Amino acid sequence: MKKFTFKAGVHLPSYKKLTVGEEIKETSIPQQVVILLSQHIGSPAQSIVSKGEKVKVGQKIGEAQGNISVSVHSSISGEVIDICPQLHPVSGKKVLSVIIKSDGQDEWIEKGKEHKDYFRLSSKEICNIIKEAGIVGLGGAAFPTHVKLSPPKDVDIVILNGVECEPYLSGDEQLMIKYPVEIIEGLKIIMQTVKASWGIVGIEDNKPRAIELMKKEIAKQPNISLKILKEKYPQGGEKQLIKALLNREVPSGGLPMDVGVLVDNVGTSFAIREAVIRGLPLVSRVVTVSGWGVFYPKNLRVRIGSSISFLIEECGGFSFVPGKVIMGGPMMGITQYNLEVPVVKGTSGILVFGQKEVKKENIRDCIRCSKCIDVCPMGLVPCMIALYAENQDWEKAKGYNLLDCIECGACVYVCPAKRPIVQYVKWAKEKLKC
Amino acid sequence: MKDQLVVSVSPHIKGNETVSSIMLDVIIALFPALIVSVYLFGWYALMLVLISVIFSVGTEFFSQKIFGKEITINDLSAVVTGILLAFVLPPGSPWWLVAVGAMLSILLGKQIFGGLGHNPFNPVLVGRAVLLVSWPIQMTTWTTPFDGITSASPLDIVKMGLDNPLPSYGDLFLGSRVGCLGETSTLALLIGAAYLLYKKQIKIHTPLFFILTVGILSILMGGDLLFNLMSGGLILGAFFMATDIVTSPLTKSGKIFFGIGCGLLTILIRFKGGTPEGVCYAILIMNMLVPLIDKYTKPKKFGTVSLRSKKS
Repeated sequence: MKKFTFKAGVHLPSYKKLTVGEEIKETSIPQQVVILLSQHIGSPAQSIVSKGEKVKVGQKIGEAQGNISVSVHSSISGEVIDICPQLHPVSGKKVLSVIIKSDGQDEWIEKGKEHKDYFRLSSKEICNIIKEAGIVGLGGAAFPTHVKLSPPKDVDIVILNGVECEPYLSGDEQLMIKYPVEIIEGLKIIMQTVKASWGIVGIEDNKPRAIELMKKEIAKQPNISLKILKEKYPQGGEKQLIKALLNREVPSGGLPMDVGVLVDNVGTSFAIREAVIRGLPLVSRVVTVSGWGVFYPKNLRVRIGSSISFLIEECGGFSFVPGKVIMGGPMMGITQYNLEVPVVKGTSGILVFGQKEVKKENIRDCIRCSKCIDVCPMGLVPCMIALYAENQDWEKAKGYNLLDCIECGACVYVCPAKRPIVQYVKWAKEKLKC
Repeated sequence: MKDQLVVSVSPHIKGNETVSSIMLDVIIALFPALIVSVYLFGWYALMLVLISVIFSVGTEFFSQKIFGKEITINDLSAVVTGILLAFVLPPGSPWWLVAVGAMLSILLGKQIFGGLGHNPFNPVLVGRAVLLVSWPIQMTTWTTPFDGITSASPLDIVKMGLDNPLPSYGDLFLGSRVGCLGETSTLALLIGAAYLLYKKQIKIHTPLFFILTVGILSILMGGDLLFNLMSGGLILGAFFMATDIVTSPLTKSGKIFFGIGCGLLTILIRFKGGTPEGVCYAILIMNMLVPLIDKYTKPKKFGTVSLRSKKS
């Protein structure tokens, strides 16, 4: 079978063997969850519960505000003990949150309507179900899915992203192994909603088991195909994935729909299927807890709002004194200093590095080796952007196409001078915003 | 425990390559040529290389100390400068010439601009150029391999129309000819270059187009092709000087322009200029044009294809 890939990029050590055979396991019910009302891109949901109120699993506690927003649900049954601002693990800001204390019953609210006959539903009806179920892009961006599924342009191909190119993470792989039927059903719902004629599932060649099981399922579908990609980072970036699979280039500043494509993560597809066919809102997600710093690295189905420290306990605790805790993958994830922050809808992994793995790097001046240019998947000159940002010449940095940077970190990975290029890029972008 | 957690911007894993590992690769790549030069010119050649390295590293250390900068001699870049400088001097050079050259290379070529990464010119060639105008006699006194008799270099013979015998192609390839300490053996230099290419420390573009341009133009100018490729410092210059990462263009197309420019100037100097060899000045002149080349050879950013190829 032909293997696809894109130009540039970098080959990373995968570290996936830590969790590669780890099937998805349910966590125990956390004592307490912190449910942020803003876990998605767009306006925060508005709380519709009050302090002291009893809630059940799946009960809506936050109402979507406006179109670019989604509902938020309780992930455990119990009592609302507070509604107050809490630290957001990604933005680092405090956002209004609902804190729920578990009653240990794990009692579900009456399920929503089941739609086994989803093909009778209109696109609008499906989008409404998805919005009400609180579904966002589970790959990490957390963009409201119903907005993505009502594109203003024609989409002819839906790509399901099963690439999972970040090292350590293996949650999507396990999801594909456990739920191939459900994921493909989700894809069919997406295709129906955006009226796409063709579906493609893209999986990297380092997941043979997932490929095998998905292949069996895909073979039954007339208009869905499986495409295998060569392992390379950042192939899971949607622009890189579209280029690799279809040789279509999303224009600079544009979206996949500009080239007639929609990309969704396999996890999102699964969540859509659960919402539409079974009437279940998004109250949990798969999180890979890995790294040498945790005792038993695992893939867990985690209630949204569980704290990082709870997940680490579920994996047997720290194996030695942790040096760094990351939410997300090692290439684009965000370091955490407070382990009581909750898992949000976009959390794909929790990584714990030991103190020995966190070396202080000796940052040197750029030696113009041009390795960053060779690996940049966006065709930029990262070293020059960093140089201008370092000198706070924001306009010049912008002239080197700063705003096209996807912050994948491939340049920093290869840089022999260990320059913090992504940090400079983020700084410059922030400065240009105001 | 909270205050022991490191907070940093992504990415959180990094490759193993460092500035010193790159420089170490270059040093390894220079070893074949070093061994050949010791074989040809005796232990004196090794002594010159050592003096050059010691003075390079020493100058780097003291200048960084005086300028109040971080001491970075362990990045091995001064060692590379030292070896390469000895390679481009006559094998019978007096030791003080090498020492002065090494100090000039580091000080005028590198540290005065702010250290590694900031120097616009190849430090080795700056050192050589200053030595050439300051001590022209010592810098053009050549000795033959093995017996050390004063002789003319192959390019001198052609330039001045002397009737000394020219070395055979075999001698040129293996290195048994008159010339600078490390430039004579095409074979040894190519082995080193192959190693650097394999380790991806240099790209083929600059040397390939440099050598191609010299080859094509030397035929057009009525010269001998293989003689022109192997008789001077072209192979050493093309693979080890023009590919210096700090002083060459960033992008592949830029490297091609750079190589062609170096080739043009080399031939111009060799055939029409006042000195027999042009590689050194050709590279130095092209070094000056690097910012300009970089400006006009930015890579094509993602998402700027024409509409026609977009919908394939």
